[in-house]
Amino acid sequence: MTTSPVAAAPLRVGCAAGFSGDRTDAAGPVVDALVAAGGPAFLIFETLAERTLALAQLARRQDPDAGFEPLLDDLLRPVLGRCLAHRIRIVGNFGAANPRGAARRIAALARALDLPAPRIAIVEGDDLGAETRRHVLRAALGGGSDVDAVLRTMVSANAYIGAEPIADALLAGADIVVTGRVADPSLTVGPALAHFGWARDDWDRLARATMAGHLLECGAQVSGGYYADPGFKDIPDLAHVGYPIAEIDADGDCTITKPAGTGGRIDAHTVKEQLLYELHDPAAYVTPDVVADIGEARVVELAPDRVRLEGVRGHARPAALKVNVFREQGWLAEGEISYAGARAESRARLAGALLAERLRPLGKLRIDLIGAGSVLGDDDGRWLAAQPHGEARDVRLRVALIHADRAQAERLPREVTALYTCGPAGGGGVRTGLRQRLSTLSCFVPRDDVPTRFTFLEPT
Amino acid sequence: MSGATVPLYRLAHGRTGDKGNRSNISVIAWHAALWPVLVEQVTESRVAAQFCHRRPTRVTRHLLPRLQAMNFVLDDVLDGGVNDALNLDSHGKALAFVLLDLPVDVPPDLRQYLVGPDDDPTSQDPPRRTAP
Repeated sequence: MTTSPVAAAPLRVGCAAGFSGDRTDAAGPVVDALVAAGGPAFLIFETLAERTLALAQLARRQDPDAGFEPLLDDLLRPVLGRCLAHRIRIVGNFGAANPRGAARRIAALARALDLPAPRIAIVEGDDLGAETRRHVLRAALGGGSDVDAVLRTMVSANAYIGAEPIADALLAGADIVVTGRVADPSLTVGPALAHFGWARDDWDRLARATMAGHLLECGAQVSGGYYADPGFKDIPDLAHVGYPIAEIDADGDCTITKPAGTGGRIDAHTVKEQLLYELHDPAAYVTPDVVADIGEARVVELAPDRVRLEGVRGHARPAALKVNVFREQGWLAEGEISYAGARAESRARLAGALLAERLRPLGKLRIDLIGAGSVLGDDDGRWLAAQPHGEARDVRLRVALIHADRAQAERLPREVTALYTCGPAGGGGVRTGLRQRLSTLSCFVPRDDVPTRFTFLEPT
Repeated sequence: MSGATVPLYRLAHGRTGDKGNRSNISVIAWHAALWPVLVEQVTESRVAAQFCHRRPTRVTRHLLPRLQAMNFVLDDVLDGGVNDALNLDSHGKALAFVLLDLPVDVPPDLRQYLVGPDDDPTSQDPPRRTAP
């Protein structure tokens, strides 16, 4: 198919964050390793889970200057100077609901650290919640009165956009690219696309870079994090787990490794677990950039902590982009209380039954007996009802419900607190919570209806 | 040495992912020699039965022989998913360990490839606190 220019040295992409609130000491060793290796290198920060953007939009409502990754300063401060000095360019979706605000913050951080002013690019176009973009959303949701109800309570609506505006910003000379909602692997595809100059319909190479990005996007989840199971899956020095680096070649194939001296491990098994994480059909992993196919992919252990992924194929990218819409819908009320010692499980079960009776008018109440049976159960309680009454001696009762009306939902925390004087013997340690619930729905919009662009932050 | 019935986690490992109300669980063989046993016994119908209390509307198995791995997709098992479920674990992160408890019959010549001790104190034998 297409012929692409070939570069000899691999491109190194290090990942320094896999979710909003990830460790702020992760980037340092990754940057050390990138500097030591020399050659072209990027550092990516993936800080947007599905609901993070809705929370960021709520934060921006409270403060127009907020709405980006709250830990932005802490994530960048330890490494910004070295990245700029060694031409390690940074790509992050830490812009969340306010990429421009994040860019300003990074510029201010650079000034505060007496660093040369970086060229910061801002990628926009994902936000479909603004009044000017509502017609796109309305069409995608199908129109009608139901849509009006959605739009009235909407908190955020963002399309998953792809790597092209990131690559364009890098080709235009950006040192740092700040995005909002882009598909997680696109944070890696963008640098690869810019560096290797691939054609934008070079599906095989785009798919390989996409799977490299997929392996990186959850940070330590490929290098021993979220893997250990004592006696079966032991991982060395998990307390200091190293974050991953992908060495991507001109064909897009990659070798996953991690900084020397860090904890964790990268082997065929850690890579396979992350390769399949959040995949459905392995022959059709759909992103805005490409449809990746790992049906014939192989992983090869080259050396300790060095695993190669090859054999990934690609198919033409989809014509439509996925949009996640979040809206405020009801209140989530939760409460917990502990029972311990003789007959603890009986006392916790009695407290649960008592609460179910007191709160019956509010609808479905979820009951968990933490220590006897909890997260494996379903919200309707079928699983818990089928469990034999045991003799657990340390049980934390947890109850939860959702109600449209805040005043009604507040009855749950009050009733849990009342167990202190009105419930079974010996209950202690009540904790309660009440928060607005964010519900989500997904739809698809034609790619052409979501124009994306990058702009450089004006120097101040 | 005779064959044995052991929990799946002695043959394979896995991880749960979620998107919306859909859960995916990988099952990755510890050794290539164990792969045919997994293909034969870790089937869509047995996995659906293992998760019957979650009432999946569909269970799909995708095979990746080059990786000696399979990917199960379970539809509508998360009570609406991360934003809607009342479960503490609204992602269903723990569900891989439900699948990994599945009993598997291992022929004698393959027992050497099993992970973990034969007198595994963590195995559910006899089963307790399992799905109805």
